[in-house]
Amino acid sequence: MTERTNLPATDPKNKTLDWLDERTGWRMVRDMADHKVVPIHAGTAWYYFGGITLFLLGIQVITGVLLLLYYRPSVAEAFDSVRFIMTRVEFGWLIRSIHSWSANLLILAAFVHMFSVVFTHAYRRPRELTWLTGIALLGLMLGFGFSGYLLPWNQISYFATKVGTDMAASVPIAGPAIARFLRGGEEVGAATLTRFFAFHVMILPLVTFGLVGLHLLLVQFHGMSTPSGVPPSQLAQMKFFPNFFLRELVIWYGVLAVLGTLAAIFPWELGLKADPFASAPAGIRPEWYFLAEFYTLKLIPSHVWFFEGELLGLLGFGLLAAGWVALPFWATGRNGDQRTRLVTGAGVFLICYLATFTILGYLK
Amino acid sequence: MRAPAIIFLVYWSLSAGAPSAPAADSCVTCHSALEEAEGAKGPAALIKNDVHIAHGLSCADCHGGDRTSDNPDVSMSKAKGFKGKPARTAIPKFCASCHSKPDVMRKFAPAERVDQYELYQTSIHGKRLAAGDTNVATCIDCHSVHDIRPVKDGMSPVHPLHVAETCARCHSDKRKMAPYKIPTNQFEEYRTSVHWEAMTKRGDLSAPSCASCHGNHGAKPPQVESVAAVCGTCHVTFEELYEKSVHKAVFSGVGGGGGCIVCHSNHAIHQPSTAMLVGPNAVCSGCHDAGTAPAQTAAQMAAWIDGLDGALKQSETVLARAEEYGMEVSEAQVRLIDGRENLVKSRLALHAIDPGEMRKPIDAGMAIAKETLAAGQAALREKDFRRWGLALSVILIGIAILAIRFLIRRVETNGKQQGPL
Repeated sequence: MTERTNLPATDPKNKTLDWLDERTGWRMVRDMADHKVVPIHAGTAWYYFGGITLFLLGIQVITGVLLLLYYRPSVAEAFDSVRFIMTRVEFGWLIRSIHSWSANLLILAAFVHMFSVVFTHAYRRPRELTWLTGIALLGLMLGFGFSGYLLPWNQISYFATKVGTDMAASVPIAGPAIARFLRGGEEVGAATLTRFFAFHVMILPLVTFGLVGLHLLLVQFHGMSTPSGVPPSQLAQMKFFPNFFLRELVIWYGVLAVLGTLAAIFPWELGLKADPFASAPAGIRPEWYFLAEFYTLKLIPSHVWFFEGELLGLLGFGLLAAGWVALPFWATGRNGDQRTRLVTGAGVFLICYLATFTILGYLK
Repeated sequence: MRAPAIIFLVYWSLSAGAPSAPAADSCVTCHSALEEAEGAKGPAALIKNDVHIAHGLSCADCHGGDRTSDNPDVSMSKAKGFKGKPARTAIPKFCASCHSKPDVMRKFAPAERVDQYELYQTSIHGKRLAAGDTNVATCIDCHSVHDIRPVKDGMSPVHPLHVAETCARCHSDKRKMAPYKIPTNQFEEYRTSVHWEAMTKRGDLSAPSCASCHGNHGAKPPQVESVAAVCGTCHVTFEELYEKSVHKAVFSGVGGGGGCIVCHSNHAIHQPSTAMLVGPNAVCSGCHDAGTAPAQTAAQMAAWIDGLDGALKQSETVLARAEEYGMEVSEAQVRLIDGRENLVKSRLALHAIDPGEMRKPIDAGMAIAKETLAAGQAALREKDFRRWGLALSVILIGIAILAIRFLIRRVETNGKQQGPL
């Protein structure tokens, strides 16, 4: 539709491509990719983290679909089916270990991507919606982590889910209803497992694919963000295809090597089958990405003034999260001036808090 | 309007008829004052922890008298039924005046037995007391007096954890036991036994102590013929096999106990091992000379047990190594538990002294040991395969990265696709 090839019109290959273009307009996409450029500056390396996150998401989809071939989402069969995958299915151990490790690296990459956006101030006008969709995607990744953690139905995951949903129940007014909705009842049980399975393989993926599409569309629409105060015209650029993409490919291969190494040397363990009548394992704690919040709640006294400690903690997290989501809006002053130092300070503070409390949560 | 008035009248009439608060117990009042003056801890102080007081009984319910009178001549008068301190020989009957009566006991402890006095009269203690021997144990020697606690109370001298010590108070006293010419080392030996370990270290309150074998109220040593039956109360299958064995008839004639204790002893029952079958401390060698057919059978049985134990330990080690490498071997580990069960069964089958019967669990256990060892070794091979696979994959990924780097350089240098624009 947009541009004919230089090949003779009678050439069968050209004829096929023309036929396809007439019906799909694929040459328009190719032209867009041809014209897409990436600015070159000191912070160009941070651009790769969006691609790494996307690559890991792709790995999650592929390995997740493969796991679905054998996984059985019922209390009686879940644990045994995962053990079957780990011990009987050819390369099942590799698929499950890569799925688990990749999930963790994906969340790590998403965090790095988010903080790179904060420190390069790429959230500023007109990219507020890109920021919001990105934050929503991070929340969805955490939701994937929380729901997927229960699926092997082992002792640790069972009790971690119990703790997690108990926390949700502490939220004022809607808390008990949220906890009941998540568990499918009053306690973590068979209904919770099927519900979490539905969230993990159907509901969250549908929302995620919609949001990823929107996020990428917005990135494409606005182009790559450049450092504030430097006009894009003054920056050198490289073509996205093939120059940037090939570099990204090198990094993806590197990530794949890291994933393979982790899966082969530290296969994701299965543990013991969940036993609701057993006492909770000693030192039970959530996955690392929830650890800072978990440890903070543990530190807060049971009562602070008139308020319940846990409730106060959750309220604090809620306000912090709301402030963080609204970052593009409070980062710009009334006169349109950027509060870059304030945002950088907030980012540094948040990283220090998350890193310190995560480490303390592991050590204590 | 009339209903509330009727309810009020009913309530008022019931309230008016209700007994007033009990008057102070003159026994406690006077004895507390006496104990305070003497600076000694007596009945008035001790009864605070007593189960009878907790059930609402008072001194007068056992000793008679009138607790409502402050005048000692009245409160402790025979006219008021005062019995005072019973003679030592009268104590069992004194306690039995309530504890043998189902109607009385039903009010306080419906599940409590009421045959203690009857049993006591059949015991060595009861018989000797009836014969006028006041050195023997009566109710208060085991249960204490005035601060009698329920058996379930951890501080009770007859709580399972304290029974052996309570018996030992007399039975370890050489001077006290001298007239009866019975040993005094039972407690010392019992404290080295597996039963004591189960009770005190593992907190298993069902583990046997003195009363489990000798009885409590009807206490007497088990007779030669009944030793296996006593042990068989808990070790049911061992007893069944022993009953079928050639040892049954032989051991019955052995003096000093017979039955299980010929090999395992009575109070110092230690963890059994194959050292009981062969070697310098073999109990078999006490009756069977080395080289005889029974001694050879014992040695053969010991070799089978040790062989299975060793094979299972080898599997366990290999599986543990595989697990350390993160390999999933839980199925084989569960199977290994079946193997261990067969080891227990083979030790059990030993008591029938029938090599043919013993081979069955040994063979089943060896098959499991072989199977789990193979699973462990396969897991270790799989680990090596993964490492080699990883190395190969990393090399291939490295080659791919180099190829892409080369492609980038070519693309950016041939002028067709410039790098930075």
